[in-house]
Amino acid sequence: MTGVRRRRLLPYLLILPGGLWLVVFFGVPAIQLGATSLYDPAGSLADGYAMTWSFGNYPDALAGYWPHLGRSFGYAALATALALLLGYPLAYVLALRAGRWQNLLLVCVVAPMFTSFLVRTLAWKAILSDGGALVGLLRDLHVLGPDGRLLASPVAVVTSLTYCYLPFMVLPIYASLQRLDRRLLAAAQDLYAGPSQVLRRVMLPLSMPGVVAGTLLTFIPASGDYISAELLGTPKEYMIGNVIDSAFLVRLDYPQGAALSVLLLGAILAMVVGYVRRAGAEEVG
Amino acid sequence: MASEEPAGQLRLVDLTKRFGPTGRRFGPTSRRSASSGSGVTAVDGLDLSVPAGSFFALLGPSGCGKTTTLRMVAGLEEPTSGRVLLGGEDITGLRPYRRPVNTVFQSYALFPHLDVFENVAFGLRRRGVPDVAGQVRRMLALVQLDGYDRQRPTRLSGGQQQRVALARALVNRPRVLLLDEPLGALDLALRRRMQLELQRIQTEVGITFVHVTHDQEEAMTLADTVAVMNAGRIEQLGPPAELYEFPATAFVANFLGRSNLLAGTVRGRGGDDVLVEAYGRRFSVPVARSRTLGAPVLLGVRPEKVRLVGAVEQVPDGHQWLDGTVGDAVYLGVSTQYLVRTGQGVELSVFAAADGEAPRIPVGSAVVAHWHPRHAFLLAGTDTDTGTGIDTGTGTGIGGAASAGAGSVEATRS
Repeated sequence: MTGVRRRRLLPYLLILPGGLWLVVFFGVPAIQLGATSLYDPAGSLADGYAMTWSFGNYPDALAGYWPHLGRSFGYAALATALALLLGYPLAYVLALRAGRWQNLLLVCVVAPMFTSFLVRTLAWKAILSDGGALVGLLRDLHVLGPDGRLLASPVAVVTSLTYCYLPFMVLPIYASLQRLDRRLLAAAQDLYAGPSQVLRRVMLPLSMPGVVAGTLLTFIPASGDYISAELLGTPKEYMIGNVIDSAFLVRLDYPQGAALSVLLLGAILAMVVGYVRRAGAEEVG
Repeated sequence: MASEEPAGQLRLVDLTKRFGPTGRRFGPTSRRSASSGSGVTAVDGLDLSVPAGSFFALLGPSGCGKTTTLRMVAGLEEPTSGRVLLGGEDITGLRPYRRPVNTVFQSYALFPHLDVFENVAFGLRRRGVPDVAGQVRRMLALVQLDGYDRQRPTRLSGGQQQRVALARALVNRPRVLLLDEPLGALDLALRRRMQLELQRIQTEVGITFVHVTHDQEEAMTLADTVAVMNAGRIEQLGPPAELYEFPATAFVANFLGRSNLLAGTVRGRGGDDVLVEAYGRRFSVPVARSRTLGAPVLLGVRPEKVRLVGAVEQVPDGHQWLDGTVGDAVYLGVSTQYLVRTGQGVELSVFAAADGEAPRIPVGSAVVAHWHPRHAFLLAGTDTDTGTGIDTGTGTGIGGAASAGAGSVEATRS
């Protein structure tokens, strides 16, 4: 009797530590954030804020910073698309063609993560700098004008975003391609599918779970990123993350920072739900 | 070795496949070392002609190179040397998707993201053929899967998946259909049913079927021509009855059913007979049933061709015999399998049909095993042990024991 009861309780006991962790470090702060976004904007950190249910914070924030929000999603979408274009072939080689080099190549994909995010972004600053070899080469090739630069441009920010989140794109796709039954590829070839047809009709549909996971893992953090724009861009390239950063740490406008955070959260959530629904439907159809 | 066959649609010319960079070519004299050694030569100078419209079986133990041969025909494996000809046209260099050949894979390899209809339609759609829906439905009807169009293959039973795989390949009307152990994953009853089904469909569509299997019974049931493969080469090719009645090598004699093989020496000719001395006794085999006229030889006789009597006087005229005692008896319903230990130290396997007339002989009885010389056959070689490691499923312990016994005779003789 007690054995049965204990067995029934076991799942609850197992989620208890993780659940508590989430409640304390996610649930409570999220509620706090929501509450802060509704504080009286006239207050200040020094004088304290009054809870006035100021829903007007949202239209105000949106009116002030909708270009940043749009830019964030634009850059993030571009970086995600680039990461997919770069990452899928890479994952394909890793999973199906690398042979005994597979583990070494996997380490190479993950290795950049061993250094700090900040250091990697600063490295891009050096690579893209006006006196750097890359800019010199592009000027010689007349891709860039004589005064053209890469730094302080959307190109630099999107490049950095793509680079930083590329492993998050590669690894899930790699995992789903590795699970892929290679005999299905042989069967497709046997049934008159050329290489591009094999990719489109068999490999891509069957690796969709990896692609969906990879795009989410790239798009979501890239939308909220502010280091890339901060270090490689100018205020003209600033993303919503930079605005939130400054609202909390520079301007000390907590209600506005919180309102923007909630907006970002809601927008991402809406996009992700829409995307997963569509991708999921495609997978079935 | 291989019997003559008519000019066929599919021809393999000196087809060889070696795996690994250190692949060496093994000569015919050392071909057994290719199987037991590094195993780098999967297919070794294969010459083969498959007549158009025939049901052809490639039979052999696992690792004999039969699947590699099939994959080279499909284009999924590149031959090291040699050519694949289809209807006289060299297709060796063609990519798999350009070959008018389709495969039923051992694992079926059905696309899990597509339903049954789309799986079957896959090849047609890739080629841009008109009336996909009509052709798919007709093919699903042929394999008796009407109404399953929108099911996912993963939700079907093994037998149904097998039919989908067959329909998916056949709907393309390939010039040759390749079947790679297509029934291997099915249970016995279902396998039997699908064998009949395969035969019906082959007759109906008239396409050349090349069927790879390790199951000798399946090969004999289905095919009109069987090629027995071993260590990358074809040991013998012909109609199943011919292979069974008059095997060309000790390997075939033991892979296709079982054989008692007695190591002996040719002592000359007597009319239409070859005279053989084995274990101090004289036997004869018709010249027409001798693969070799030189010494040393193996005298073979199938266990069901051997009869048991109580005394030498009861042996019919013209029969040859060995006397011994029954060492083991296994009752199998349709027959009883006896193991007879002869005075000469050789062990004979004997299958006695349970026809209701012959009494069961208790273990330990003194018996005389006899057979008519026209049921014996003569092979080149001394190695009675060939192929005994493979259990083809028909034998119980007794066949293996007989072969092992024959092997031990070899040892005592030398």
